[in-house]
Amino acid sequence: MRRLDHAEAASRFIANEKHEAFHDARLWDLRKKRDRVTHAIPEWEELRQLASDIKEHTLTHLADYLEEFERKALENGVEVHWARDAEEHNQIVYDILSARNTKTLVKSKSMLTEECDMRPFLERRGVEVIETDLGERIQQLDDEPPSHIVVPAVHKLRGDVSAVFARTLGSEAGNEDVNYLAETQRQTTRPYFLSADAGMTGANFAVAETGGFVVCTNEGNADLCASLPKLHIASIGIEKLIPKVEHLGVFIRLLSRSALGSPITQYTSHFRAPRDGAELHVVLVDHGRSGRLGMQDFWYSLKCIRCGACMNTCPVYRRSGGLSYGATYSGPIGVIIDPTFDIRKYSNLPFASTLNGSCTSVCPVKINIHEQIYKWRRIIAERNQLPFVKKATMKAAGKLFGNPTLYRAALSAAGSALEDLPRFAIYNWFNAWGRQREVPQPPPQTFRQWYIENRGQR
Amino acid sequence: MTISRDSILAAVRANCPKAAVPMPRIRTFDHDKSALLDRFRLGFELLGGTFVESAPGLELNVKIAELFPQARIICSAVPEVAGTKRLQDIGHPRELDDVDVAVVRAAFGVAETGSIWLSEKELGVIALGYLAQHLVALLDPSDIVVDLHEAYKDTRFITATYAVLMTGPSATADIEGVLIRGAQGVRSLSLIPVRRATG
Repeated sequence: MRRLDHAEAASRFIANEKHEAFHDARLWDLRKKRDRVTHAIPEWEELRQLASDIKEHTLTHLADYLEEFERKALENGVEVHWARDAEEHNQIVYDILSARNTKTLVKSKSMLTEECDMRPFLERRGVEVIETDLGERIQQLDDEPPSHIVVPAVHKLRGDVSAVFARTLGSEAGNEDVNYLAETQRQTTRPYFLSADAGMTGANFAVAETGGFVVCTNEGNADLCASLPKLHIASIGIEKLIPKVEHLGVFIRLLSRSALGSPITQYTSHFRAPRDGAELHVVLVDHGRSGRLGMQDFWYSLKCIRCGACMNTCPVYRRSGGLSYGATYSGPIGVIIDPTFDIRKYSNLPFASTLNGSCTSVCPVKINIHEQIYKWRRIIAERNQLPFVKKATMKAAGKLFGNPTLYRAALSAAGSALEDLPRFAIYNWFNAWGRQREVPQPPPQTFRQWYIENRGQR
Repeated sequence: MTISRDSILAAVRANCPKAAVPMPRIRTFDHDKSALLDRFRLGFELLGGTFVESAPGLELNVKIAELFPQARIICSAVPEVAGTKRLQDIGHPRELDDVDVAVVRAAFGVAETGSIWLSEKELGVIALGYLAQHLVALLDPSDIVVDLHEAYKDTRFITATYAVLMTGPSATADIEGVLIRGAQGVRSLSLIPVRRATG
């Protein structure tokens, strides 16, 4: 698999200044809203610790909870399927659909089905798949993956959406009114809700105690997908388990506050059993999760509840756009999950970070994201997956920082060099830092020179 | 298929981190049982809900006609409101497509978030809460719990086939963060505090 070049993809996003500026501001606004609403909860830090503890408890007893969930679900009349990987997941879903001669599937947003690349799999076999979340629908119609796990089309401006809808839904060309665009999607999606043979959702949480699962949306589209067709299929990653209903109190209080800065999503929906005359199927999916559970430093990433707070706060994500990561999961959480799928392809991603730690401090389940990013860098270097320029510079830097005399000599030389060197010597291909920024003015003396002058000679 | 099941469970067991973490206990955070309706209202309105003041002797049929003068088809799941379309006659849920206003009674409300709790029992047909253009919910002010922790102690979460904590109307901000009420489901959610008929 070809190595993904995050910096190159990001530079294409950055080239469009209007998009980049809006993206940055919109996501930072979500971060600020999150701060406001979380500061109003005195027990916020205690809730984060509880959520982390509940997840770690569940993950260290996961097989037992999976068995309990399955037992309860079966008692409720739910059919339970198990998929080891993406291919098996897609095949199971297709088999359920084709056995019932399903032609049309309405679905709500699910990062797991994105991860499994399910849509093209089903479409090749003649099943029409309709994404019903507005952002996800925009991305489907534009033949692009979601760029953010909560707001899939956040990298697009209204003009882009207008053009996509005019091209695919026949809306009025040039009409960029957001109300009109949203209404267009409502009107064109509704007939599918009424006529589809099957509905599909993901799940935010699966509760072992009840054998039920919870889906959170603001549009109510998951409820429409599940309450009209006679068949409801839910794809659930095995890490979504929590032991008891009472634990939902902790997670629901954290989820939307972290994601969008609202106290709760408009719809927090609990599905436990098929409704009268309908079928409910659950597909429990591994796809690399059991393997990740065995990775000493990285199993904590399985605590993730997919709120996107780490993405909204990340300066690199906000400036480079989700699509530049070239993976289902982008931003800080993507940086630590993606290499578990393909270490060579995603070997650049752990370097798409300043290691500022903001992701870790906003994470509602206390994943040590920035520490994991650093650990991935080490593994990638050890496995010789560093690109040449990075390796050569790192080697030189290592020598420099490891030797005080050499470091001091280089530092004073660098200071005068920055003043004297022509631009092309500083802003060249080797200096990624200088590509989008001006290198700062060097101070007239180093700290060490200042110290010796003012405090030295003891 | 049982091969996949067994191999996943075996892999999970084999890779399980060795230091088992104990299950934490959740303490009670909010003990304040005062002004629950006011606190509920704050949260409810924050997410776009329409709170309707009710006065003694309020005639619900009149009130609903006043709130929705254009409505032609009203479908009610509560005895207090007659409606024009009978829920009992619904064969397939898609027959609710033409409903302008649906009326339900919430089993309880949550003051912390301004959410109402509905299950298949309160909705009659689940799709009623989503296909109608507008939804009106009745709530007995004595049916309000403090926060989500208290809400999740309700055993109906364990017995209901389907249960939703609904907070305001269907909404989206997927295009440039512009807030739209009435994304896919109901365009408005109104709440009328009305005591539950006893007996």
